[in-house]
Amino acid sequence: MAAEIKGWDRNRMAARAAQELQDGWYVNLGIGIPTLVANYIPEGVHVTLQSENGMLGIGPFPYEGEEDPDLINAGKQTVTELPQTAYFDSAESFAMIRGGKIAMAILGAMEVAENGDLANWMIPGKLVKGMGGAMDLVAGVGRVVVVMDHTSKHGESKVLKSCTLPLTGQAVVNRIITNLGVLDVVPGGLKIVELADGVSEDELRAATEATILG
Amino acid sequence: MNKQYDSADAALDGVLRDGMLIAAGGFGLCGIPELAIEAILKAGTRELTIASNNCGVDGFGLGKLLDSRQIRKMISSYVGENAEFMRQYLSGELELEFNPQGTLAERMRAGGAGIPGFYTKTGVGTVIAEGKEHHDFDGETYILERGIVADLAIVKGWKADESGNVVFRKTARNFNVPAAKCGRVCVCEVEEIVPTGSLDPDAIHLPGIYVHRLIQGQHEKRIEQRTTRSRVSDTTGKKETV
Repeated sequence: MAAEIKGWDRNRMAARAAQELQDGWYVNLGIGIPTLVANYIPEGVHVTLQSENGMLGIGPFPYEGEEDPDLINAGKQTVTELPQTAYFDSAESFAMIRGGKIAMAILGAMEVAENGDLANWMIPGKLVKGMGGAMDLVAGVGRVVVVMDHTSKHGESKVLKSCTLPLTGQAVVNRIITNLGVLDVVPGGLKIVELADGVSEDELRAATEATILG
Repeated sequence: MNKQYDSADAALDGVLRDGMLIAAGGFGLCGIPELAIEAILKAGTRELTIASNNCGVDGFGLGKLLDSRQIRKMISSYVGENAEFMRQYLSGELELEFNPQGTLAERMRAGGAGIPGFYTKTGVGTVIAEGKEHHDFDGETYILERGIVADLAIVKGWKADESGNVVFRKTARNFNVPAAKCGRVCVCEVEEIVPTGSLDPDAIHLPGIYVHRLIQGQHEKRIEQRTTRSRVSDTTGKKETV
């Protein structure tokens, strides 16, 4: 599978997404590739990671034997706290999300449309686990960055004119980072910001169903 | 007034009835009211509607009440960790109402605060918005969500004093605070009950007015995803933040 994917691998995508972070920001990272972004935060940039189950200032995984069942992230993984950590309840957590206090959410997606529609929680006819906090995050945070593979396992574009799957949010995505490059959602379609290593503009366009301007 | 009960069975005596709405605290298996769940299992109360972010795992947490077929409907944001849940749901035995996580938390908070409904941007343009009142404020569209008032709240704290003031520990606070507030009756289980006056009044997370019955007991506190880092790689000084 990996052999078919051109351009950036998971870690390069995460490293590119980390370039989006600005000093002083409060940020929420989704599960999967977005979690890896924390490993690539640029030197001198201090961001505070929010976990929607009620924590600001997520620390690293604990050493073996030091796991605390009362201290987990939103992926239910054991984590640790930092000197600046604060805890709060779920209503407070989503008050800061809905209230626009979180500068950015970086999350995965199944499909993104050229108007910024996002689908990442449900495939009809398949097992539905639920949206968790994704709908609240994309509706509430300042900026939404999607990190995902450009195409599906079957080679179909995941960057579409309009989403075919049930939406997580309507016109919520600002920037899309894929293995092929970086695209911005702008009026009328998408704009190429950057091409991944070894990927030509023609290749990016060919892998994209959505309208690319210019 | 004495809020302390010797056991979860005693604390729930006279409170449980078939078909009731229960709000339960916890996120995944973190901070779940293990003792109250066990007591409800023993009492055999049926046709329950439970508002809880998740529904436990197979054989633990609220998963126990699924195995015993005591739950008729769940109001949750994420139920992915439970095979029995999916089996009952797909066979039509179990009803499921998905709420976005923040909407569920706010529905509980609002219900407890005497607010019957609130407008939110969350879910606008998705299936969540279908059939709900839409309203524009300052050029943005919002949907109306209802507050939840539960017949019973079951929550888990770390320490409480005899007056029912509760302190939580780390991320085990989660849904316990909003769930407690929305219950007409709130049964709170803690790891330790301390004498009134021994908790810092400036550091109470849930004031005793929200807590009607208290139980002290042992909790298994199961870990769902045990993730660790090696001591070796940490010596590189590289941040391994998750």
